[in-house]
Formats: sequence, structure tokens, C-alpha cells
Amino acid sequence: MTNHWIDIQHSDCILVMGSNAAENHPISFKWVTKAMENGATLISVDPRFTRTSAKAHIYTALRSGTDIAFLGGMMNYIIKNKKYFEPYMANYTNASFIVGPKYSFADGLFSGYDAKKHKYDKSFWAFAKDEKGVPKRDLTMKDPRCVFQLMKKFYSRYTPEKVSAVTGTPVADLMKVYEAYAATGARDKTGTIMYAMGWTQHTVGVQNIRMMAMIQLVLGNMGRPGGGVNALRGESNVQGSTDHCLLFHIWPGYLGTPRASLPTLAAYNKKNTPKSNDPLSANWWQNKPKYMASFLKSMFGDKGDKANDFGYTWMPKIDDGVTYTWLDIFDEMYKGTIKGFFAWGQNPACSGANSNKTRQAMAKLDWLVNVNIFDNETAEFWKGPGMNPKAIKTEVFFLPCAVSVEKEGSITNSGRWMQWRYKAANPPMGTKPDGEIMVELFDKIRALYAKGGKFPEPIRNLRWDYAAGGKFDAHAVAKLINGYFEKDAEVKGKKYKKGDLVPSFAFLSADGATSSGNWLYCQSYNQSGNNAARRDLKDPTGMGLYPAWSWCWPVNRRILYNRASVDLMGKPWSPNKNILEWKDGKWVGDVPDGGWPPMDVNPAKTKRPFIMKPDGVGSVFGPGRADGPFPEHYEPLECPVDKNLFSSQRMNPVAPVYSTKADPHFTCDPRFPFVGTTYRVTEHWQTGVLTRWQPWLLECEPQLFVEMSLELAKLRGIKNGELCVVSSARGQVEAKAIVTGRFRPMEVQGAVVHEVGLPWCYGWVHPKDGGDSANLLTPSTGDPNTRIPETKAFMVNVVRKGGA
Amino acid sequence: MAGKFFLIDTTRCTACRGCQVACQEWNKLPATKTQQTGSHQNPPNWNAVTYRVVRFAEHPAQKNYMNWLFFSDACRHCLNPPCKQEADTMVKNAIVIDKNGAVLYTKKTKKLVKNYQQIKDACPWSVPQLDKKKGILTKCHMCADRVSAGLLPACAKACPTGALNFGDEADIKKLAGERLAEAKKRFGDGAQILDSADVRAWYLVVEDLAKYYKSA
Repeated sequence: MTNHWIDIQHSDCILVMGSNAAENHPISFKWVTKAMENGATLISVDPRFTRTSAKAHIYTALRSGTDIAFLGGMMNYIIKNKKYFEPYMANYTNASFIVGPKYSFADGLFSGYDAKKHKYDKSFWAFAKDEKGVPKRDLTMKDPRCVFQLMKKFYSRYTPEKVSAVTGTPVADLMKVYEAYAATGARDKTGTIMYAMGWTQHTVGVQNIRMMAMIQLVLGNMGRPGGGVNALRGESNVQGSTDHCLLFHIWPGYLGTPRASLPTLAAYNKKNTPKSNDPLSANWWQNKPKYMASFLKSMFGDKGDKANDFGYTWMPKIDDGVTYTWLDIFDEMYKGTIKGFFAWGQNPACSGANSNKTRQAMAKLDWLVNVNIFDNETAEFWKGPGMNPKAIKTEVFFLPCAVSVEKEGSITNSGRWMQWRYKAANPPMGTKPDGEIMVELFDKIRALYAKGGKFPEPIRNLRWDYAAGGKFDAHAVAKLINGYFEKDAEVKGKKYKKGDLVPSFAFLSADGATSSGNWLYCQSYNQSGNNAARRDLKDPTGMGLYPAWSWCWPVNRRILYNRASVDLMGKPWSPNKNILEWKDGKWVGDVPDGGWPPMDVNPAKTKRPFIMKPDGVGSVFGPGRADGPFPEHYEPLECPVDKNLFSSQRMNPVAPVYSTKADPHFTCDPRFPFVGTTYRVTEHWQTGVLTRWQPWLLECEPQLFVEMSLELAKLRGIKNGELCVVSSARGQVEAKAIVTGRFRPMEVQGAVVHEVGLPWCYGWVHPKDGGDSANLLTPSTGDPNTRIPETKAFMVNVVRKGGA
Repeated sequence: MAGKFFLIDTTRCTACRGCQVACQEWNKLPATKTQQTGSHQNPPNWNAVTYRVVRFAEHPAQKNYMNWLFFSDACRHCLNPPCKQEADTMVKNAIVIDKNGAVLYTKKTKKLVKNYQQIKDACPWSVPQLDKKKGILTKCHMCADRVSAGLLPACAKACPTGALNFGDEADIKKLAGERLAEAKKRFGDGAQILDSADVRAWYLVVEDLAKYYKSA
């Protein structure tokens, strides 16, 4: 979230699209309800009428996988009807930038496309620059090569009629949504988006979100209370785990993982540190070398120094041009190249797309360790449906672990608050907190490497002082995440001793004087103590920022890009949306995105508000993405239409497609005539490993179901509550039918399209009559930027069990 | 008329079922073995170990195509409970009213097991349930234990949206007035508070009651 949960109350219009907040983030509705009490309009756009839709002022459906068409139409409406917030757009976004001569777009392809490699050369999309290397701008936004004019032309193709023919949403409904949301372009209004996996899990996932970010930028909704782009995280600590590099492509704090072609730290820094010649751009990432050196010091401590690049060479590098995502891991495992696997706190047998492939892949392993609270389909995969235990060589170890309330530590919520939690009870006999398991495991590994082994330096030299009294100590980890001075130093006129905690990331250095396990978290645990544990309810702005409740990255800033919430003189764009103000020569309110004076107050010293972007402005034009600078509609890998109405590119030309025997996919195939989608229910958590064993939750949602329209049920002769078989090119599940008016047939390109939906929270281990994971149906393809699987739009068949 | 009151504002209910599950958790009630029968409402009705159940009802509608109504249903805690009147004719004070107005089924209801149907029939909402295992009558007891300790009932404590409210008469009356005015603005004059002269659990509804659930 660029904003935070409490801030939703300040919104004038809440668009819930790509999520179902009332069911999957029930507490968020406290703030949605509050906003509605204040007069906000709630819009729900979803293929299925949900509990969120039930509370909405405006509801309409769209076909799964057509969000860019829907939102592209909104952009067209905003531009055509001049609903954008012009001074904001001109000054705080790149709408006024001139795009270089090599950029073009024709028939669904941007310039720079290599058809053989299915890849773009992004240099084709660079901005035109002046002789000083500063991007050229036209603040009137009339130049035909400026971003605004290119965007206007691009989305003029997204007419309501065409959008309707693609999405299946009636034109009248489109207009209702567009009008209501575009009204937040007014100076005194803000609108917010609450999205989740309904947007990310597509072959166009990243561009779904970029499309909305662009809308938020042109309407002037970024950085302002009641605005922002708000990702509702699917687990309480997804934000934290992402910040701390759960994913392969980053190290903690979003530092890109080094590639093998960058053998030295200097080479890494040169390649990965963005440059800007624009005096108005803070270009915050110019500090990256400081964060890299501090991170490496947190890994190797005194063993890392300037002479050995602080241990850079000891860190694993990834090969150039290779991705190592979830889909790739299981593809390689399926091909037999991976020998061992830790499935730690997860249940891949049910959670990943194309579960049959995942389950078969695990049978190729030599060993598998599953660390979990309860027995689950991953630990038991070798005796699951269709498996022959005698033929499977994989040795499986199950390590029972403690639950969150049985250990101390922090979680970081969707609003980026790092909140400390205390241990409430001891874990049951024989189970241990994850941290303890890791400490024991590594102690053992290190002992083995003491005797030799290949490339032992990283193991022997790793800083490993997380234990207190022989036990894992969460405070020791939290302190190292914040970081220490590694030698006596004087910074900003103040003296620090080796071992002192670093006050905040502005004190980090590239010369090895400091360590920090994650620069973004530097300030979370410092000389004032464990800031994540703060529980003070004071609210000086009266806007619900609660600055002394927990701690928020970065540097306790509660709303990101908040200097865009003020005009060029530093006054809030409107007085009812005041979280930050330039008063008597200083900023008052939230922690500002940098302390520079407002743009018209001191043009010589100012910096633009979007400090993490190389040009200091919000990216309406996004030349950094794998699939193009403007989001364009492409059909999912599997879809019910053989033509994309917008171009002759049916699907995203750069999306990954896997090709093992376990990856069949059929589009427009009469055997799989219905659109399928997956979702969650309030009562179950992820694959249900925690909740299926919880009788009160299981009684609410006891069995896998498939929701379908009255019309489809009639077509298939299915009665409400009957057992059905839902199948795709990759697998099938048995599910009880919920026949409901909450799914309706849609008219797409003149034909009737049916859609069905299933939750993915069940598994064969428990309960025995509960059904299995809906991910047995989903395809292993995904977004080209993230490779998040496309589990929200695919094709299925549905029949009554025992029926035709 | 002192004591405590509920206000259940159905316009705010998202059917998260926090109330239903919090009730079971606080009262340490065992779960019911259920099946998916084509509805999200589960268990299908209240029973001896389910004091509160969230009812789901869907109807085609002009606006937004559908109307999906949610109704967190439990004992109304009548001011003059017909169940008590009926029971008193058989076993005096097996059913009592505490100082907060909670209608409580005591251990003495053991003696009423054979009269269970009569007592259930006396209730306009068929609330009373027979716990065959323990041989007593059961239902929502307004978390009398929690309330006497100054806490909210478990259901009200769990509600995230302000749909299920609990408090003193004056406060609930004031809140009901405000919420009714709000509801009338959005949903029209069909909005009403049900039975507020007779019960302690006031429901704010915006549709015909029969639309919320069949037996209403």
C-alpha cells in the first residue's frame, strides 16, 4: 500500500477491483464503512457478485482477464472529458515528457520487439533528452510526442463499445463506473483502489496495476489521503517477506540480485545505480552503493572489508537472462534438475498453479523437507491421489513448527507498518519456532564445512550471532536488520561507536562503516529502542496517521509520495486532505518524502516529490517494464475468444509459456468452453492448512464448491448442491454446485460467455470429503515481469458427476 | 426499562461470520459436521451448539442486478419472553431474566426436556434448542458472564464494521436513530427497526423481512 488501512476512511470513491475486500480482508471494511458514512461511493467490479458487491453503490461484472480493457476505457473517458487534475499531472508526472523518436506502437506491438526471443529492447522507449542529459518536457502537454498526447492517442482506441465487446460489461455500466471514479479528479476529492490477487495473477498482472497507477496519477490521487494504489496483501506478513527478499530477483530492501556477469561490487554498482542529470530529481536510488555495502556488512561483519568487496564475491549470483521464480523452480524440478527442496511454511502441492505438475515434480526429488504446523498435501504428496508410493524415491522429512503466537517477532502489514508481537504461549512439545530450526540447521552445516567442502568461505564467514543463550533471538535479528556502526565514526557532526545502532538510513555509508540487513528498515530498532513495539495512540494531524504506533518504512512515513499531496507552494491541494503542509519554512504533518522546500517556494533547492523514480515524477509512461510502456489489452493464455479485438496479438507476446508434458493448454477449445477463475473465502487461509483443521471454520465452508449462473446450470442440467466435475487441460476436481444469480452470462464479441469460480483452499489430506485444490485446474504461465501465475483466468468444463 | 440492548445494522453486515465463530469460541461449543448444499449459509440453521448463525439470502434486483442480504440471527431477548411465560407454567424460574435483561436458560431446564417443543413453539423465531447430550435447553445468553464483567458480548466484540452493536438503552437508542436516518437516505423509507418495543435485539432492515430468510 502506498497509503495504509486507516487512510481508506478519507476516500471519496473506493474502487474494489481485482479483490474482494469484504470477504478476504474483512477488517478493511471497518474503514470502507467509515468512508461510506462520510459520503464515499463504493464501486465493486468483479466477474462474480461478492459480499463486497453486496455493500457497493455500483456493481458490475467483467470477464476475467479483461481489466486493462476496462481501465483503458476509463483512461479514455478521463482524457476525453478532461477529468484529469491538470496541475498535478503536469508537474508531478511524466505526462509532459517528450518521448524519443524510436518509440512507436502498431497492432499490439511496441517498437523494439524481437519476435524470435519474445523480448523487447526497452531502449526504444527512452525519453528525448536535452544537451545536459535532462529529459525534455512540454508543460503545456501539447507536443505530439509528449507522453500525454501519446497516451491520449493510445487509449482513444478503447471506446466504450469496444471495451464492452471485450469485457462483457454493458456500456451503461462502464459509464456509471467511469463517471463515478473520474469525479475524483476534482481538486478536493480523492479516490482509492483496493486490489489483490485478482489483478496480479494474470499474464498482464503488472500492467493491470500500472494501468490503475496511471489513472491515479492523472487524477492527482497519489500521495494524498484517501488516495494511493493499495495492494491488499494475501497474508499478514507478505509485505514483510517481500521487503526482506522472499523473491529471487531482489536482496533485502529491493536491491537487485547480482548477476554472474557482474563479478565485482563496483561493476554491480555501476550497472544498477540509476543516474539523473536533472537538478530537480532527488534520484534516491543513487544511494544504492551505501545500502549494498551495509547489507554485505550485515552478512559478513568483520570478515568483509574493502579489499574483498565486503564479501560480494561470496554471495550467490544468478545467471544472466535466467529467471528463478516459482514457476521456473517447479519446471526445473519437474525436469529433474533439482535434487532437494525445503517447503518451509508453505504447501506447494495445493498453492501453486498447475498442482498436478507441482506434485509430479516433487516425486523427482531426492529429498523434501516440509516445515509446517499441520500435516498437509505437500508432506503427504507421495501417497496422494494418483501416486504410487512404491515408485517414489523422494525422502520426505516433516518438521513441526511453532505458530505465530508461540514466538516473538515482527510482522509488516499491507500499510508497511512493522508491528512487534510477543509470545503468548510456549509451543507444544517437539515443535520449534522457525528461527530456532534455522539456527540449528546452519550450525550443523557450518560444522560440516569446517572440515572442508567446496567454496566454504560464505559458510565459514557468515555473520551468525543471532542466538542468545543458545536460542534464536528475534531482537538480535531485528537489530541487525536496522544496522550497527561497524567502527567508530563521526556522521553529521555526531560521534558513534562501533556497535551503536544506526539512527536511520541517511547515516548508512558505502565504505563499510555501517551494517544494515535492510536499509528500508533502518530506524526501526535504534537508540530509542524497538520502534515496532510502540503503542502510542496520539494523532497530531487528526488524520489517523498515529506516528507513534508501531513503525512504518521508510523512516516512519505513513503515506508514500506525500509531497505530491501539496501544491507548488507546499499547501495541501485542498484543506480537507491535509496530511502535510509547508509552514513557516518547514514541513508539518507526516514525515515528508525528503525535506526539500516546495517547488515554487525555493526552485533552486527543491526536488520533485517522486524521489524513488529517476526523474522525480510519477510514471504515466513506464519504459522499464518487460511488456511495454503503456498497458495494452491481451487475452489470457486460455480464453473464450480466438481474436483480440484490439490487435492481432492474441496474448501478451512476452509472457512465459512452459512446455513440459504437464503444461497442456487449450484456448477456444470446445472441450473447455467456460471461463474459470479461482478465489478465496473468508473462513480459510491460503491452502487451508491452518483452517481446515479448525472445526468452527470448516463448518462454515466445509467443501469445495463451484459457483455458476442459473443459465449455465440449466444448460448443463446441474441442480444446486449437486456434485460436479470441473476439468481443464491439466486436471480436474469434484465440487459441489452453488447455482446463483451472482454469476451471470456475459455477452463477449456478440456471443454468450459463461464463467465459473472455485476457491483453492481445499486439499485431499483433510477433511476427507472436502475436495482438492482448484489449482489442479490452473495453468503454469504468468506475468513476464514477475512470473506470478495466471490463476485468475483459464478455461474449464463443468458437468454433473455421473452426467454427460 | 434498563438493561442492555443489541443493534444489528444489517446494512453494514458483510457476513464475515466473525460473530458466529466468536460465539462458538467463547462458549466452547463444538462444531457441527456440515456439507456444502449449495449455499454459503452454514450450519444451515442454529442448533444446540450454534447460538448465532449468519443467514444469507439472494434476490435478483433492479439495481446492481442482485441483492444479497445478511442477517446475524440469534435470540432476541424479549422484554416479556413467551418462552419464559410458557416454561414458568411448568417449572418456575427454569428460565430467568438477569439484571441486564438477558433471558437465561438455567440448569433447571433439565426438567423441561420433554416440554421442549412447546417452549420452542412459544418463541416467534423458534430460538430454543435442545442439547440432547447435556439434557438442557440452550440458546444465546447475551454473554452474561462477559457482560457482568464489563465486557462486550463475544459477537459484538468481533464485529469489524459496526453492524453488531451492544450497549445501554440510551446509547443504542441514539445509535439506532442515527443509523435509521442514514439507511433511509440510501435505501428509502422501507428502512425500519424491528420490534424495538418488545425485544432487546433490534434489527435495522431495509427490505421486507421475508427477504432475509424464509422463516422470518
